[in-house]
Parts: sequence; structure tokens; C-alpha cells
Amino acid sequence: MTTLSGMPRLLDQTLHGPDVAVDEREARLQLRRQVARLEAELGALFGEAFGHTEVPHRIEPLAAAPRVLDLGELEVVRDRLADRVAEARSALVERARVEDENRELVERMLAAPQDFKWVRVSREDLGLHGCGHWHSRPRLGPLGMLMGWWQVKVSSGCPLAGRLAAVEHQVPARRAEISETRQAGLRT
Amino acid sequence: MSTGAAGERMGWVPAPRQGWVAPHIASEFPGLGIAWVEVDAKPGRSPEPVRQRLRDLSDRTYGSQAIRLRERPIPWAYRVFFRQIGLDPDRTRTPVEQLTLDRLHDGGFRSHGLPTDALNVAIVETGVALRAFDAEAVKGGLCIRDTAPGESLAGQAAEMAKGTLAIADGARPVGLLFGPTAEGLGVEKGTRRIAVAAVQVKGVPQIAVEEALWMAASTLEAA
Repeated sequence: MTTLSGMPRLLDQTLHGPDVAVDEREARLQLRRQVARLEAELGALFGEAFGHTEVPHRIEPLAAAPRVLDLGELEVVRDRLADRVAEARSALVERARVEDENRELVERMLAAPQDFKWVRVSREDLGLHGCGHWHSRPRLGPLGMLMGWWQVKVSSGCPLAGRLAAVEHQVPARRAEISETRQAGLRT
Repeated sequence: MSTGAAGERMGWVPAPRQGWVAPHIASEFPGLGIAWVEVDAKPGRSPEPVRQRLRDLSDRTYGSQAIRLRERPIPWAYRVFFRQIGLDPDRTRTPVEQLTLDRLHDGGFRSHGLPTDALNVAIVETGVALRAFDAEAVKGGLCIRDTAPGESLAGQAAEMAKGTLAIADGARPVGLLFGPTAEGLGVEKGTRRIAVAAVQVKGVPQIAVEEALWMAASTLEAA
């Protein structure tokens, strides 16, 4: 009897008592911890994907100026970050799948170049750094094309700095030479 | 006023002063804090050692570091805090990320004179967010609080929305937290004493804050 008569008061305390505000603050702190964890995950995925594929990492700001976000707004931030993390993961998985396929393609090209005429796969397509590519080409040019002699040429990588510098010097020198020739031609 | 342990250990005077954070803000953001140090210094052209230091920093900062910056503990802590206060750190950049991006964009850390260069060196070295104010214009100590209705930043016509997080002195907001500084409170031509303030967030160790303040203040004092 005493318990039953006290029940409405107990229910009222549970629903409207001071504990409700405390719980909400606790919920906000919990959401902020989740935001921190998701930001760390997104940062790691961003770093991993950079140079291989683009991962979506931006979320719309909720406020023009800094302020304490309420529970609903924190949930929005958390959910958007979780979406970005999921999208970044799937973008990386997709990229890894494409790179695996390209790796297999290169292996098949090396085994039977004649089946992949003129196919060219770059190191970037395999997720590798640096310049270079695998190119299925006829040996000895047109003769090889007619005879069906195909091979995979592996390029020698990035141009050396010295070679690039030489080209940079050669181009102005060649232009000057052409200009001089033209002027000499006009004079004569 | 509390003194910085590291500063005292190193015999460094003045030691950093710790500002207060409004209790309801502190309960929402444990670890949020503000500390500052005042230095007799004037704005002006940076001396050669400071410019040389910026050049050395430029040589040590690469693109790959910029990409991985958000995974380092202190820059990550600021990114998280930006998210938690409604800002997108990829639009409103954290101070260290903004400087690193500027370095990549400009090909080096450009000299902007003092006190900016002193702050930039300390921000890049430690990752801690620093601000500079005219110490003689700041009334009382610095604090972090939310704005009351009707408050606005000096020099800006629009009122700040209620609850905006701001750095304030005893009288008024002196700047938005990670935003613009109120007119007349920033370092200007006539400034003779500079307050260098560090905003600490959860995840930023006290020793990093003290190191950042020490680095900026000692650069300003030496100039």
C-alpha cells in the first residue's frame, strides 16, 4: 500500500527530476568522445588514402561562430563524421580492388603480351609511387607488328634531374639558334 | 594567478598566468583552458635570427607532414575541439594547420614581422594555438566564457549570438575563440606590451602550452 501510494511521486521524480539534466550533459560528453574517436579514424583514413584516391572528409559546419552544441547538434556532427568514415573506408576498399585488378592485369600482360596489344598500365594504377609504366608493344616496330612479336616494355622510371635540367637548357638554346638563323636569312 | 612549473624550473620570468573558464563551459569541455604571458615588446620588423628561424622551419616542413598532421596528438586535439564547437576544421583551419598550408602554398614561412613571426614559430614547433593582444588594453585577466545577449566585439557592428564562445577580459570579449580579435585589443603600432595567450584544449599537455608560451615570449624579448 505504501509502495503504491508513493509510485506517482517516484515516476514524477524519474521523468522530471534533476537527474535528467545531468544525464543530458553526460550524453553530450559521450557524444564528444565519439566525435573525437571518429575524427581520429577519419584522419588516419585521409592520410592512408592521400595520393591514391580521394576520400570525402568535409562536413558542413553547424555554427558560424564557436559555441556549445546541444545534444541534437552533437548527434548530427557524430552521424556526419560516421558517414564520412564509412565513405572513406569504402573508397579505400574500392581503390584497393582496382589496384589488385591492375596488378593481375600486369601479370597477365607479362605472360602473354600479344593478348594485350598496346595496353599501358602505370605505376600509379597499381598504387605505387614514382613514374613508370608497363606497355605492351611490338618488338622491332612495324615488323614485329606484322610478325606478331609483342613484348611488355617497362619504362625506366622518372626522368633524372640532370636530364630535365639539360632539356631546360636545350630549349632556350635551340630557340635562340632558330631566331639567329631567321635573322641571318632576312639579312641575306 | 598560478605560475607555470616549467617556467619556474627554468628560472623563466615572467611565468605564465592561468586564466579561468566559465564553470558551465569547463564542465562541458574538460581540459579547456587559457594561459598567457606578458612581455615588453613592440611590433615591428623581425630581426634576422627570427627570419632565419622561419627559413629553417620552412626547410623542415614537408607536404607529407601536412597530410599526416591531423594524426599527431596536438593538432588532432584542436581538430576535435573545432568539431565539438560546431566548426569544420577543413574550413576554419586550426592555427597549426593554417600555417602549414600557408607554408606549402607560399613555398616557405613568410615573415610578417613581430609579434606574428614569434607566435608562428611557436605554433609550428609545438602545435599549440596562440593569440596576441595589447596587454595594456586588456583589463584584468583573460578568460574563456560564452557571450551574454547584446554583447559584441569592439569594431564589429553585429551583435554576437548568445552563447558564442569568446576570450574575454574583466570587462568585455576581446576576441572570438579561434576567431577575430576585437578592435583596439590586438597588437597595433602603438602597442608597448604584448600579452601572448595560449588556448589549451583536452589532449594538449600543459608542458606543450608552457613551451609554446616560453618560445613566443623569449623570441619577443630577444628582439
